[in-house]
Amino acid sequence: MAFSNEQLERYARHIILKEIGVKGQKKLLNGSVLIIGAGGLGAPAAMYLAAAGVGTIGIVDADVVDLSNLQRQIIHAMKDIDKPKVISAKETMEEMNPDVKVNAIQAFVSSENILELIEPYDFIIDGTDNFPAKFLINDACVMAKKPFSHAGIIRFKGQLMTYVPGQGPCYRCVFHEPPPKNAVPTCKEAGVVGAMGGVIGSLQAMEAIKYLTGVGDLLAGRLMTYDAIKMEFRTIKLPHDTSTCPVCGENPTITELIDYEQAACELK
Amino acid sequence: MNIIVAGVKKEVPENTTVKELIYLENVETPDYVTVSINDEFLMKAQQETTVLREGDNVEFLYFMGGGC
Ligand SMILES: [Zn+2]
Repeated sequence: MAFSNEQLERYARHIILKEIGVKGQKKLLNGSVLIIGAGGLGAPAAMYLAAAGVGTIGIVDADVVDLSNLQRQIIHAMKDIDKPKVISAKETMEEMNPDVKVNAIQAFVSSENILELIEPYDFIIDGTDNFPAKFLINDACVMAKKPFSHAGIIRFKGQLMTYVPGQGPCYRCVFHEPPPKNAVPTCKEAGVVGAMGGVIGSLQAMEAIKYLTGVGDLLAGRLMTYDAIKMEFRTIKLPHDTSTCPVCGENPTITELIDYEQAACELK
Repeated sequence: MNIIVAGVKKEVPENTTVKELIYLENVETPDYVTVSINDEFLMKAQQETTVLREGDNVEFLYFMGGGC
């Protein structure tokens, strides 16, 4: 596949990078990323991946755009209110870059559909807003041996980690099981600064780009935290021993996907 | 005695347990926090019985579910 003049111009700032170059840009165009959640995290991640020329981007979300989303979900605009988020996201991404094929999937993820959803993609981004979905995505990615980026945001804080099969702990190694409903504040109840999605969602896009191009060190085996009040990023080394994990360990006890009770951020 | 909590040097009384440290540090969700000491996970059941030692490096890993 040779680049058109338009592509050479569009991706000039990537192609000039010695780490990416023509080869890396081709990897991006041949690559695929599934973004689960078209919200605070998924919106900026989707936009940067579309702009970067990731050839196939899937986006999954069951919701429609609400006015209260526009404080942070920059992929949607006033004209999109009441439109399915995945349709609004697809339109924005395709307007940004015609090289990108967007698969819009208007659905909730569940044990019924998750393995099928992630199967065609090289890398998964968890931009969901609730623990049942986060554990489901983790377990499915472990079972299907797919790399994924976990992230969470609340108030002025955010966190992320990357799971790469065989290269360190999974989300369940760290957090075991979803907390009971209402035990941990959600961003709907506690609030979140809109730009937090931009900071952390963009880092998730960065992990996807690095994974697809094979550049640099991924955030595997480490948890990154961001505190905007203190204006501090920290990278916490995670324990290396995953042998006792119920899903990614040596003798897994979780061998089927679990639909935990839908809790947390009840959307809107 | 001196320990390190979330990268910051702290002085705590001798024989402080992990459970006590969780309260000393005002962890917002004390029942739902993962603790690692010197890069090893500590099981929740051991928070009450584990006594901190000079120089321990403690990290709190918080549940963060938002993305909305
Ligand atoms: Zn694990």
